[in-house]
Amino acid sequence: MPPMLLILLVLALSAAAYWQGRRRAFALALRPSAAKMHSRPGYYGMLTALWCALPSLMIVVLWQLAAEPLLTSFAMKSVTAVKGDLSPDQLNLLINDMRNLVAGNTFGSEVDPLLQAAADQYIGLLRISNIALAVVALTTALIAAYLVQARIRPTLRARNLVENVIEVILTLCSTFAVFITIGIVLSVLFESIRFFQQVPFSDFLFGLKWSPQMAMRADQVGSSGSFGAVPVLAGTFLISGIAMAIAVPFGLMSAIYLSEYAGPKFRTIVKPLLEILAGVPTVVYGFFAALVVAPLIRDLGVRTGLSVSSESALAAGLVMGIMIIPFVSSLSDDVINAVPQSMRDGSYGLGATKSETIKYVIIPAALPGIVGSILLAVSRAIGETMIVVMAAGLAANLTANPLQAVTTVTVQIVTLLVGDQEFDSPKTLAAFALGLLLFVVTLALNVIALYVVRKYREEYE
Amino acid sequence: MRAACYEETTMNEKPLSTMDRVNVGLAKRYRKERRFRLFGLAAIVSSLMFLVLLLGSIGAKGWTAFQQTQILLDVHFDPVVLDVGNLANANYPSLVREAVYQQFPQVGSREDKRLLAKIVSNAAAFKLQEMVMSKPELIGTSKPIWVLADDEVDMFVKGHIPRDVPESERRVSDKMIGWIDQLAATGRIEKKFNTTFFTAGDSREPEQAGIRGAAMGSMFTLMVTLVLSFPIGVAAAVYLEEFAPRNRWTDLVEVNINNLAAIPSIVFGLLGLAVFLNFMNLPRSASLVGGLVLTLMTLPTIIIASRASLKSVPPSIREAALGVGASKMQAISHHILPLAMPGMMTGTIIGMARALGETAPLLMIGMVAFIVDVPQSFSDPATVLPVQIYLWADSPERAFVERTSAAIMVLLFVLLLMNASAVFLRNKFERRW
Repeated sequence: MPPMLLILLVLALSAAAYWQGRRRAFALALRPSAAKMHSRPGYYGMLTALWCALPSLMIVVLWQLAAEPLLTSFAMKSVTAVKGDLSPDQLNLLINDMRNLVAGNTFGSEVDPLLQAAADQYIGLLRISNIALAVVALTTALIAAYLVQARIRPTLRARNLVENVIEVILTLCSTFAVFITIGIVLSVLFESIRFFQQVPFSDFLFGLKWSPQMAMRADQVGSSGSFGAVPVLAGTFLISGIAMAIAVPFGLMSAIYLSEYAGPKFRTIVKPLLEILAGVPTVVYGFFAALVVAPLIRDLGVRTGLSVSSESALAAGLVMGIMIIPFVSSLSDDVINAVPQSMRDGSYGLGATKSETIKYVIIPAALPGIVGSILLAVSRAIGETMIVVMAAGLAANLTANPLQAVTTVTVQIVTLLVGDQEFDSPKTLAAFALGLLLFVVTLALNVIALYVVRKYREEYE
Repeated sequence: MRAACYEETTMNEKPLSTMDRVNVGLAKRYRKERRFRLFGLAAIVSSLMFLVLLLGSIGAKGWTAFQQTQILLDVHFDPVVLDVGNLANANYPSLVREAVYQQFPQVGSREDKRLLAKIVSNAAAFKLQEMVMSKPELIGTSKPIWVLADDEVDMFVKGHIPRDVPESERRVSDKMIGWIDQLAATGRIEKKFNTTFFTAGDSREPEQAGIRGAAMGSMFTLMVTLVLSFPIGVAAAVYLEEFAPRNRWTDLVEVNINNLAAIPSIVFGLLGLAVFLNFMNLPRSASLVGGLVLTLMTLPTIIIASRASLKSVPPSIREAALGVGASKMQAISHHILPLAMPGMMTGTIIGMARALGETAPLLMIGMVAFIVDVPQSFSDPATVLPVQIYLWADSPERAFVERTSAAIMVLLFVLLLMNASAVFLRNKFERRW
């Protein structure tokens, strides 16, 4: 029985348990000699349903987690017995082959009969395991439901019990976010540590050459694989810098106009229009950059006699800047609106014009918040992927010329990890090291930005 | 007032009073004021111009993809070619070729004939096969049938390949143009609504490529995301807003959620690759895994929106419920949640819209594979609309450019619908207390 069906069956049983529990509560309440029930009948039903579903579902989940490795080791026992001692890598390769056989992907090549036997054994074991799981889970559900509904008494504090369980579930859901962060840190960190065992940390952080192609054969020329992240980082900062050079003036001036000059009507129309820019998927921007902006810039370059790469940093940065405009503008808008009106009035009272008030009073007052929002925008620009994947280059050039092609951290992660690769080569592990770098940089920017913004808010509250 | 000032200064014989000094600079300051204001307006106008340019260029490139050039052929279902016993493997391309040659009796040389056969897409043979398989009584008859033209012919008919460039610089030769004109003169070539685009999966041949596969993949992925992220997000928000004690742990959770919302999406892809694929051995390229990754990404958005929505329910309602004897849980589930629900739904729709447009993390978990079949379940290999756009944007064929733009138009339309429904929900159900 497929696990999905089993889960649905358990849920159906639990629904039935709800009705049974409720019915029993009603029956108890309607008895002539009945004491007053502690909770409303629905709560007795819910209690029965929870007891029916939760233990059984827990068994299903744990069983599924445990079954896969256990079954694999059982099935592989015959293979390892024949092949003798295998290194972990070889064993993993064989296990993968067997999994492919189990999934029915034979790829037409001849199949090792030993592995085929193991795969057949695995399928057989899996069937037995699934049947056993179904029997165990359904019996648990039935027994638990029966026991609970038999114990329904007027004095059973069903509501409190149900509410406690729900509160535990709510608490678990809220800790989910922490687990996601831990998951990110661990998954990126583990692979990075494996990478740094093969490539020294200092080479990665300070190396000036990035060419992750590893030699396939020992006698191959020119692809020794060097992992110096400096050119990649430089490219990232170049493109982000161009993006910020667009986004900050446009975004900030838009925010100032919207919050200080524009009438309410103009505001209600223009603000959502600007937000559309933020809602357009990044892949669309990437397409726009590669197909419209990059050729445009190249043609301009040809006309003015400059040599412009067709994957210039300028095109990617420009489009990325456009994407970030609404981000800067809506954040700064909030910040500027938070400056107390009394400060504006004071400035007007001294005879300052509106623009002088903005320049000498409002912006200095809002500066921490604006800096915070710009930092958040920078972290967006650094982490932005699709625009640079589609419009920036692949080769890591260490250059500050915006007309040349540069590459970024995110581009490298995508090119290293998309497509078929073995998972243990430094080439793929390098992607995780870059991911760690990206995570740390953006996290630092966010923490600083959030701290700055919060400090600023406190000042005027 | 000014006159009085002036008199005073002349009497004291001081050259300038404060007011005069102000007045001297006033014109300049007003000019500056106007300039500043103009800068602000210019920033907004140019931002909006970017938007118009973006949408305009995509619309201009993409609208032609909703039409597809088709050619009318008189196909003779030759019983010699179609062996009734083995209909599946009969030589359908030869039927198509014969029908094309029949239109151009003047074409004689082998080379020209080969070129001539290329004006019809190889989808035509599949179409004939389908027709014959479902209606074997067609064998022996002749029938006029509209078939798809090749993508280069399509591009030429739509005007994307201009006539006036030298023959060596375009993919359609002068001979082919002559044939196309001949067909056009007899009304045998026509642009019709492109149903293939909405009913087919991906294909290497532009004229046969459609977005159905990607759209279904997007749907499955979003379903997984919605089913997981909405309940978990709402539950987390309820706990943090209503139950959580103020302590270190709660602070940590809150900081975490805020940071997660700002982590680059590609990092979530790395997590998905390391945890879901390599550690848990879930199927590669499956929409299930895509949905899981997007769940992690949208969760913070939903939690933040739901908390804001819960916060906006006035405490008086909570207190009234508690006052008439409801338990805390009852006050929340009977009163606060229903009142906060529109805001939560709005946040969820916005989160879903972002998830629908997300590409980068899905590249990491292998949803970039070339998949022809339309996915039927959560574990089938699938791709999603934005990834399809990325894949097509990388294809060299000219015809894929318009298809990419058309797919973008479809995606933007869906996003617009989602956001519009979020705005509608907010306006219709949001209460100001």
